[in-house]
Amino acid sequence: MIKDFDNIIIKTVCRILTPFLQIFAFYVIAHGHYSPGGGFQGGCILGASFILLVIAHDINTVKKRMSEKLNTFLCSIGVMIYAGIGLLCLMLGANYLDYGILHTILPVDAVKARAMGTLGIEIGVGLTVMSVMVSIFLNIASGGKHEEGAPE
Amino acid sequence: MNIQAQAPVLIIIIPLLASLINILIGTWRRDLCYPFALIVLGSCLLLAFNIMDTVINTGTIHYRIGGWAPPWGIEYVIDHLNAFIAVIVTSMSFIVSVYSRRSIEKELRASKIPYFYTLYILLTTGLLGITVTGDVFNIYVFLEITSLAGYALIAIGDEKAPMASFNYVVMGTIGACFYLLGVGYLYIMTGSLNIADLQRLLPDLYGSTVILVAFAFFLIGVSIKIAFFPLHTWLPDAYTHAPSAVSAVVASTMTKVGAYVMIRITFTVFEPRFSSEIIPMTSILGWSSVLAIISGSVLALAQTDFKRTLSYILIAEVGYIVIGLSVGNRAGFTGSVLHILNDAFMVACLFMVAGAVVYKKGSRNIDAFTGLNKRMPFTMAAFGIAAISMIGVPPTAGFFSKWYLVLGTIEAGQWVFASALLFSSLINAVIFVRILEKVYFNGENVSIPQSRDEVPLSMLFPVIFMGAGILVLGLYSGDIISSVIQHTVPKGF
Repeated sequence: MIKDFDNIIIKTVCRILTPFLQIFAFYVIAHGHYSPGGGFQGGCILGASFILLVIAHDINTVKKRMSEKLNTFLCSIGVMIYAGIGLLCLMLGANYLDYGILHTILPVDAVKARAMGTLGIEIGVGLTVMSVMVSIFLNIASGGKHEEGAPE
Repeated sequence: MNIQAQAPVLIIIIPLLASLINILIGTWRRDLCYPFALIVLGSCLLLAFNIMDTVINTGTIHYRIGGWAPPWGIEYVIDHLNAFIAVIVTSMSFIVSVYSRRSIEKELRASKIPYFYTLYILLTTGLLGITVTGDVFNIYVFLEITSLAGYALIAIGDEKAPMASFNYVVMGTIGACFYLLGVGYLYIMTGSLNIADLQRLLPDLYGSTVILVAFAFFLIGVSIKIAFFPLHTWLPDAYTHAPSAVSAVVASTMTKVGAYVMIRITFTVFEPRFSSEIIPMTSILGWSSVLAIISGSVLALAQTDFKRTLSYILIAEVGYIVIGLSVGNRAGFTGSVLHILNDAFMVACLFMVAGAVVYKKGSRNIDAFTGLNKRMPFTMAAFGIAAISMIGVPPTAGFFSKWYLVLGTIEAGQWVFASALLFSSLINAVIFVRILEKVYFNGENVSIPQSRDEVPLSMLFPVIFMGAGILVLGLYSGDIISSVIQHTVPKGF
């Protein structure tokens, strides 16, 4: 079990590092379709920022910011964004995940719409990867008991 | 949106989205998960019949994901075989989901129910994905979705289930790795993952050792997934300790879809000519199936736990399906495909009966069946039909597929194969007659007074439906063969 312990250096470094990590994660997600990176990689970095908090503080600190329910919720919302965008294309009359058709509802041309569709999907992937990573880590770190809460 | 044209992808997206929505519904109202799952699986069933209808009337369906043309994009291809398997998968998962409610309430903690239905729908998604896709890598992805959902579903069973599921995870992962390696080798050699494209590119490369190795990896990977002897060791524990509803759905669909993948690899990705002439597939697969049939049957005879008996019978049944493929002629292939359907019905029916007995008597032991004809007459009637179908007595469905299988082996001149099939029928007769005797003729030995005490209607109805279905399938097997199965036989047979 990971316990909270008092070490000002670790806590301060983590506090400074976490926001930068998360902004970098958003950058990797948002820039995924132009450069190396994307939803999976960005999601991993985002998840790592929460894991860093668990290591520096303890599980409850993170669960105050990111509850188990919210985590499950984000996990399914992420996949739903992905599948939902695909379904939107389908409803607009194109094949599944054929983002080009999104230009009929977005104020951009077909090529740009394709890029926007990809971005939407990367965001969905990022959310799911982050919440699944946090959830796997919390499960293993607490021996599968983190639903019950407090560390002993 | 044109539902007819989009049906191949809708049949996957609907359950995929639904399984995620189900989690959210579960956190809000736990009791809504069951009706929601029923609606979703019911609509999948309707879509599968719609697809089947389209395929019979207009021929093979091609669907491009994202609008990308086939060798580059992922293509969904549905021909008669795919549609046939999709109908089997959706009907099994729908019928077992109707059955699941009371059985799951009894066997699982209430907090697990939303997760159960989420995984259940996800399992169906994966199985349907394997069925409709026309891309070897996509098959791998859906194979993993199916397996992961399957591992978790099995692990929520009784106290020994997590260990059984862990064994399955290890074996299943090795199987998936072999399959993936096979895909990788094909991709290195041809640069393509599309099944139709591979079929076009591969004949020039049949001499290559890499292709032979890829084929071997595919076969080993799929053999682990369908528990083909001697790679079956994970199956009995996993299916015995899983919750009853899970055993019923997993046993009736996962091995069948695995057999479908085997058919696709050996007869579509590689030509039948490659599978039967360039490598000695008849001898390798055929003789392994003989071992599977004989050892599965004999081991089934040695069990006292009813679900374990069924698990070993299932291993023998997998041998049946593969033996028909290995002989490489029309009758054998027809028998295999028909047996996929019949076996799904028989195994699901028997596992649901096992679940019903567990529900009422709390025991999986065969002795629990003693004198049940008075207490559970309808369940036992369905059990009797399924049992004589397993033995292969006309006019039940089991007779017709076995008939074609035996015909195929005799046509190929493989008398040992034919005698293995008949031997297994004899063993099945011993197993089931022993149980039927307990059910119908040992009632007087039971001291407690017997009054009617049937399982709840939501469990009874699926069981009776399956029992009746076995008879109906038997009576209409000629029509099924002439309208669907004869179109699935690969060219060159």
